[in-house]
Amino acid sequence: MADASTNALSGPQGPKPRKMLSRRNIFLYGTLFVITVYYALPLYVMIVTSLKGMPEIRLGNVFSPPVEVTFQPWVKAWSEACTGLTCNGLSTGFWNSVQITIPSVILSIMIASVNGYALANWKFKGADIFFTILIFGAFIPYQVMLYPIVIILREIGLYGSLGGLVLVHTIFGMPILTLLFRNYFTSLPEELFKAARVDGAGFWGIYFRIMVPMSLPIFTVAMILQVTGIWNDFLFGVVYTGPETYPMTVSLNNIVNSTQGVKEYNVNMAATLLTGLVPLLIYFVSGRLFVRGIAAGAVKG
Amino acid sequence: MATERPNQLFRNKSSKIAAIPMIVTALFVFVGGTIWTVVYSFTKSGLLPRLNWVGLDQYERLWATRKWLVAIENLVIYGICMLVLVFVIGFILAALIDQKIRFENTVRTIILYPYALSFVVTGLVWQWILNPEFGVESIVRAWGWESFSFDPLYNADIAIYGVLIAGLWQGSGLVMVLMLAGLRGIDQEVWKAARVDGIPTWKTYIFIVIPMMRPVFITTLVLVVTGIVKLYDLIVAQTGGGPGISTEVPAKYVYDMMFQANNLGQGFAASTMMLVTVALIVIPWAILEFGGSKNRG
Amino acid sequence: MSLTAKLLAATAFVAASSASATELEVMHWWTSGGEAAAVNEFAEAFNATGNTWVDAAIAGGDGARAVMVSRLTGGDPMGAFQFNHGRQAEELIEAGLLRDITDIAEAEGWKDIVNPSSLLDSCTVDGRIYCAPVNIHSWQWLWLSHKAYEDAGVAVPTNWAEFVSAASALEDAGKIPMAMGQQGWQQAGAFSVLIASLLPSEVYNSVYGDKDTDVAGGAEMATVFQAAADARKMATKSTVQNWNDATALVIKGEAGGQIMGDWAQGEMAVAEVSAGEDYSCLPGLGTNPRLSTGGDAFYFPVLDDEAQTAAQTELAKLMLAPETQVNFNLKKGSLPVRGDVDLATANDCMSKGLALLKAGALLPDVNQLITPDTNEQLKTLFTEFFADPTMTPEAAQEEFVKIIGSAD
Repeated sequence: MADASTNALSGPQGPKPRKMLSRRNIFLYGTLFVITVYYALPLYVMIVTSLKGMPEIRLGNVFSPPVEVTFQPWVKAWSEACTGLTCNGLSTGFWNSVQITIPSVILSIMIASVNGYALANWKFKGADIFFTILIFGAFIPYQVMLYPIVIILREIGLYGSLGGLVLVHTIFGMPILTLLFRNYFTSLPEELFKAARVDGAGFWGIYFRIMVPMSLPIFTVAMILQVTGIWNDFLFGVVYTGPETYPMTVSLNNIVNSTQGVKEYNVNMAATLLTGLVPLLIYFVSGRLFVRGIAAGAVKG
Repeated sequence: MATERPNQLFRNKSSKIAAIPMIVTALFVFVGGTIWTVVYSFTKSGLLPRLNWVGLDQYERLWATRKWLVAIENLVIYGICMLVLVFVIGFILAALIDQKIRFENTVRTIILYPYALSFVVTGLVWQWILNPEFGVESIVRAWGWESFSFDPLYNADIAIYGVLIAGLWQGSGLVMVLMLAGLRGIDQEVWKAARVDGIPTWKTYIFIVIPMMRPVFITTLVLVVTGIVKLYDLIVAQTGGGPGISTEVPAKYVYDMMFQANNLGQGFAASTMMLVTVALIVIPWAILEFGGSKNRG
Repeated sequence: MSLTAKLLAATAFVAASSASATELEVMHWWTSGGEAAAVNEFAEAFNATGNTWVDAAIAGGDGARAVMVSRLTGGDPMGAFQFNHGRQAEELIEAGLLRDITDIAEAEGWKDIVNPSSLLDSCTVDGRIYCAPVNIHSWQWLWLSHKAYEDAGVAVPTNWAEFVSAASALEDAGKIPMAMGQQGWQQAGAFSVLIASLLPSEVYNSVYGDKDTDVAGGAEMATVFQAAADARKMATKSTVQNWNDATALVIKGEAGGQIMGDWAQGEMAVAEVSAGEDYSCLPGLGTNPRLSTGGDAFYFPVLDDEAQTAAQTELAKLMLAPETQVNFNLKKGSLPVRGDVDLATANDCMSKGLALLKAGALLPDVNQLITPDTNEQLKTLFTEFFADPTMTPEAAQEEFVKIIGSAD
């Protein structure tokens, strides 16, 4: 055990091990392979199902690869499936979702990171109380807040607009994101902050020149959280906007959730996979930020 | 350290201005919304919120309903298992991925993708995989192990664990990412020093790295626990609360009451019970955790 | 109000009053292929009047209802919306959010043409009419697979008793005697079908209508609970959840039969099996052929805009017009709400339904008699009963009496 672990120790910081078939590597990649299979199995089922025709799916063999591969379900999910009368598939809601997600993600992360920074480094009297309330707010099931939010949005005149929806996403993203940033900023070396103060940097100066560049991994996590949450949000999108601005998930829900109609599982799977592509792309691309964040942090530290 | 500075007032002004959105949200939305919910839990509100008072009737009915009691029991079972397992799995995955492996990006994305997909359909896939007729059980039997039995979703005694399988599948990726971000925030010097001292890796992780990652653990804890308390989608997509009422959970009870039974009062009473419980645990904990920290001003 | 806003409002007003092309947002939860095609009949007829139908479709009644209520209470009402008539909309009417359309109903003579009249009664609160019923759906159907019975070597049952006694033969042949999705609404629905079909209609009416606990706890009802226990035993091996997956078992011949509403026919049609040859349908479980008449209706929120209000009137009128009724219901697979139209192209099962409608062998729908709250409690009870073989029929009946007793 100790032998293997001292080997593993050289992993995170040493140079890449040259020997590919070491015991450590066999163990490591073997484990990762098994894990990957477990995580990917449902994905496999979804992809396979999305490439089958309905008669084949009715036969009920979930794991078997398609006898006849068809891309029709994908085409249908993207551009032909009907959301009521408009039969444009998911493509109708796509741009709406983009328009909702981008400002909501940016605004919520901006506000929450500044909140977290203020709480971590510039704490004022009473800040704890509001922060505690905020943490409590993270536990409120948001469906319960549906009607109070309707009343609030109506009173401030934002009901039914994109602005209102962005606001709602910012509000409900705030507790977790603020906690995320606050805790990350507190774990950064205090000397950095002190040195910047000595150099005469102010609240915003330190935030933009030190905190943000040093915290790329946590900004990435925040982005993953928000992009996923907002992109997949159905309830707020449908309750707080009108038909012209319905997000993609409304189409997805309409394709997947019809109770008394025929359920086309292949189209459902294709539609779900298509909807998931955007967050997936973000995960993949953001991988670079994960690494670069520490590099930048290490250099400055 | 903020207190020691002479120009504290000016500095705190920036900080206070920056915190205005948080203060407004905390007071108007979370406090306001909670009070609103509690007030309406004492009414007979049906489809619409209305102030026709009925005293404690909603609470009496709530605690006389077996579905609610089962829901609480399930939440406790699911919550404890999920909390322990998701942390163990998430951390181990993060530690494995942190070993400078090849294809890190691919592996990480595969582990994280379940989090990206709408559970309406992935829940259905798990329904299939765990279905004895055409899922894992039938495959293993086809391989020749005739007596193999694996039907967690169709056995009322263990159905909640069937939900747990899918819950872990969906949630552990996010925990892994958070842990990874935490691991990457650890100073490289710590590892070097541990290696120089000849401390084995597992000891370094448990006694040095994990304590240093406390802030990330706290964040993850809150994230996971809020997910557990609000558990709903997973249940609806996979079991609909069944077989029978064996996988009901409190959040589902609330929504069933609000949107299916058109009984807002009962739904608010149930959510008030949830919020009170959360408040009793979270508020003292949060004050201890965040109140006495280094920057108190 | 800024100048631009005033200008915009002014132009909007001019546009609305000069051209008759008023946009009306109509919200509903009909999103599957057949449903959408049916809605399209309404939309086309409405657009032909020179107005514009703005479609807002949200699948899933629960979600859709939450949206509708939010929009109404948020002061942003849509032009018209689908709701199950029955007791769900009572509060919206009391809150003054919905338009009284009694004048339209009187001008169009709905009282004389809507059959059965209970549909219009469900739209009526304190003598005023608030909704336009558009179709009839019924629950009391037993769908039988010919293949399953052929494979088992027994005759296809013609009523509930035969269906139960054929169960052992099916089991021996490795079939599931009865397919049932493990969801509360399906199980509670099937139970209400048993009451409606196995007992005189008075029992159904006094249990669900008058909430008579003596009848609900009586000996007659005890036989229905026994029948439910039979059904439970027959459906033991049915592990699916969705109703259509259960229907698929019947289509494939892996299960003998399924109790499900007339919408199951849509699945049959898509699977290209035909009534009488591949499957049979028995209204009233073949024992007492009669149907409950639930269905959908449209409500019209109170609007400030006169042009839109006029458009609402147009829409309400045409929804019950003979031509739209025929076109809509053929696509939807439901029955028309007026007795004076002819569905020439109706298939075997639909014709059976129409005949029963003509003969008046009808019951009110459960949703017209009990509140959603009571319905939810019944769903919980029956999902427990059907999932747990150790729950005795007597214990279930006791619970049932409690729920009926507390219902209003």
